[in-house]
Amino acid sequence: MALAGHDIGFQLQGAVIVTAALVTLGALFSIRSQPEATAEELTYYYDAPIKAGIYLSLIWAMLGMFVGVWVALLLAYPELTFDYAWASLGRLRPVHTSGVIFGFGGNALIATSFHVVQRTSRTRLPDQLSPWFVLLGFNLFCLVAATGYLLGITQSKEYAEPEWYADIWLVIVWVTYLVLYLRTLARRQEPHIYVANWYYLAFILVVAVLHIINNLAVPVSFLGSKSYSLFSGVQDAMTQWWYGHNAVAFFLTSGFLGMLYYYLPKRAERPIYSYRMSIISFWGITFMYMWAGSHHLHYTALPQWVQTLGVTFSVMLLVPSWGSAGNALMTLNGAWHRVRDDATLRFMMVAAVFYGISTFEGSFMAIRPVNSLSHYTDWTIGHVHAGVLGWVAFIVFGTFYSLVPWIWHRERMYSLILIEVHFWLAIAGTIIYLIAMWNAGITQGIMWRTYNESGTLTYSFLESFVAMHPYYVARAFGGFLFLVGAALAFYNIVMTVRHVPLARNVTNDASVGPLSVPTGEATA
Amino acid sequence: MSVSERDKYSGHMTTGHEWNGIKELNTPVPKILIACLSAAFLFAIGYWVLMPAWPLGDTFTKGTLGFDQRKHLAQQMIESDNNQTRWTDPIEQLDFDAIRDNPQLMAIVRESGPALFEDNCAMCHGNNGDGGKYFPKLNDTSWLWGADPNAILETLAVGINSAHPDTRIALMPAFGSSGVLSAETIDSLVLYIQSISTTETSSTTETTTTAENINAGQAAYSMYCAGCHAQDGSGNIEVGAPNLTDDYWIYGGDSVALTATLTDGRSGHMPAWESRLSLSERKILTFYVLSLNGVGDNP
Repeated sequence: MALAGHDIGFQLQGAVIVTAALVTLGALFSIRSQPEATAEELTYYYDAPIKAGIYLSLIWAMLGMFVGVWVALLLAYPELTFDYAWASLGRLRPVHTSGVIFGFGGNALIATSFHVVQRTSRTRLPDQLSPWFVLLGFNLFCLVAATGYLLGITQSKEYAEPEWYADIWLVIVWVTYLVLYLRTLARRQEPHIYVANWYYLAFILVVAVLHIINNLAVPVSFLGSKSYSLFSGVQDAMTQWWYGHNAVAFFLTSGFLGMLYYYLPKRAERPIYSYRMSIISFWGITFMYMWAGSHHLHYTALPQWVQTLGVTFSVMLLVPSWGSAGNALMTLNGAWHRVRDDATLRFMMVAAVFYGISTFEGSFMAIRPVNSLSHYTDWTIGHVHAGVLGWVAFIVFGTFYSLVPWIWHRERMYSLILIEVHFWLAIAGTIIYLIAMWNAGITQGIMWRTYNESGTLTYSFLESFVAMHPYYVARAFGGFLFLVGAALAFYNIVMTVRHVPLARNVTNDASVGPLSVPTGEATA
Repeated sequence: MSVSERDKYSGHMTTGHEWNGIKELNTPVPKILIACLSAAFLFAIGYWVLMPAWPLGDTFTKGTLGFDQRKHLAQQMIESDNNQTRWTDPIEQLDFDAIRDNPQLMAIVRESGPALFEDNCAMCHGNNGDGGKYFPKLNDTSWLWGADPNAILETLAVGINSAHPDTRIALMPAFGSSGVLSAETIDSLVLYIQSISTTETSSTTETTTTAENINAGQAAYSMYCAGCHAQDGSGNIEVGAPNLTDDYWIYGGDSVALTATLTDGRSGHMPAWESRLSLSERKILTFYVLSLNGVGDNP
């Protein structure tokens, strides 16, 4: 690829892959040269890939959120491209979206899924190699994607921008992930599969299906980066938004609900409020989300009957979504004093609240007349961020603050005050961001549909854009606060690993043997 | 193995399962959730009955309301057109003087002009018609093709150096790179042109050499430039040749920019708007650009 590529972008992508492959090979070699795991070690949970996944997630969070603040500022101060092609909005924006969704969110999902599946199945991951292949292979995909965007390589499908060669690689990685997860579940020493694993499994399985179908494309040449989608016109748009909305559903919702279902009851030390609600919500979400994608294409060439199905399933979807949020919040009954005192648990509580808010907003915006105001405006951006800042990032940080002391066997996090500061920075940043985007979006939507008595437009597009300036500045400020909070989390986690003493009663990782009770977080 | 127990806080039984310390309560699904789910299902079923909804092979259920978004849109477009023809028709039929004398029409012209200009013209000519390098200023009193509204309307329709069959053509030849004029002659032309414009140029200090050069430049000007830009440099609206005696320059009035213009020529591009804007919109824009300077032929 690096040598034979037809275009410079493809060659550079090849160079990125070769470099990453060499680094990985070197790492594997050094692992191989160490002694084989002893029989005793094999009775422990395999946590090394989880630890690496947490660090990778945090590194991508820094990168993705920094670029997010940058692109937010670009919209207010366009000269911040500094006249570099790679720094233009069209190239930086997918670095932000892929960086936070796949880099930050994806690594957090992989790491926590390895943790949850081992603990709730009381078994070790079945082998040493495939967890590393999944984790590092996924990060290679993210790296190829992000560097490709900067070079201008994109197939212009939102959240599916990477080109065909990166897509094929991700399929290989993702199928390995699915097989690894199923093998672990098959080895479980519990009679039942815990809810969190249903969600993680739905996430892994459906993302594979979505990714493969939406990325069906014909490369112009096997030595070039460009490809053309198998679909055209409105079919292409519908396939893309079937993918796009289910990426929200199964990547940004299902996976993180899995996270919520393990770490929230664990941290609150309360039983799940209702097993029956878990079932209704799981199947409701899994079945109904699949139909909702067409609400992204209201008032377009898409046939109206497809839009109708999008509206109705989006509205029905609200109920199981609120079922999940309610189940999480009711689980906290009996532990609200902990929510008050423990910022980590408060992160998870706020995540559940924002999950409820953003799913309500989503169903509301899917209704055609509402959509005619909100579509193409910054309200959509605000809605996405209610989900990814308020829900996804909050649950991830709450999870990491719980998980880090557990798997590194530390007594506690390095600084509880920093967690508290992070919480307030994150919530202030999120609220500033959302208020700015709600105002911006509704202002835009109204300006675009205001007519003079004669029937001509009152405002030009330019005027609506000029009117956005103060909101865009406020949005960048909100995002900046969120970035600072995330940086504090990174610092706090690194300091925990380096400076907090080991927990006294746990000297090594919890055993998985059927006779010994897994300790670790059980006592944390 | 699975033994249910009663949760002390809520009083509900657990399911008896446990995963690494996590238990689940067997709490019944709250009635309110069932009620909401039923309400949502009823809403969906009602929507499906009324609106186009389910695919049936190569057709679909049409819905009892008979609503069709394409027909609805077409209907809205017709209503909107009917509403607008009451003023678009007179604007298209009347000449500029007659429109100017009609206060009702002028009210519509004034309220529609700014948004039309900002949506279609501002990206090149600037939000207030300030222009910029390569793009003529519109809020002054000099007009390449004349200040007559019909001339501006014509430029809007056919463009300049555009793909329109009747396009206006304005071409500044490349005197230097085509070998017609030497570099020295161009230098002296630059000095001469700067001397007749009202632009202050710091470089033209009065020395004997520059005076001689200016004279040489004047001779070359008469020979090569006066045909389009007129003997006195006032330009010619018949061929869109700019006035060189004022202080406005499309491509810059400093020596470097003028030398580049004389050497490599210029041919600006203005798109033809005939197929993209209606006649009434082009007339409204004509009034609007004429009003930008605040002094000219104001509506």
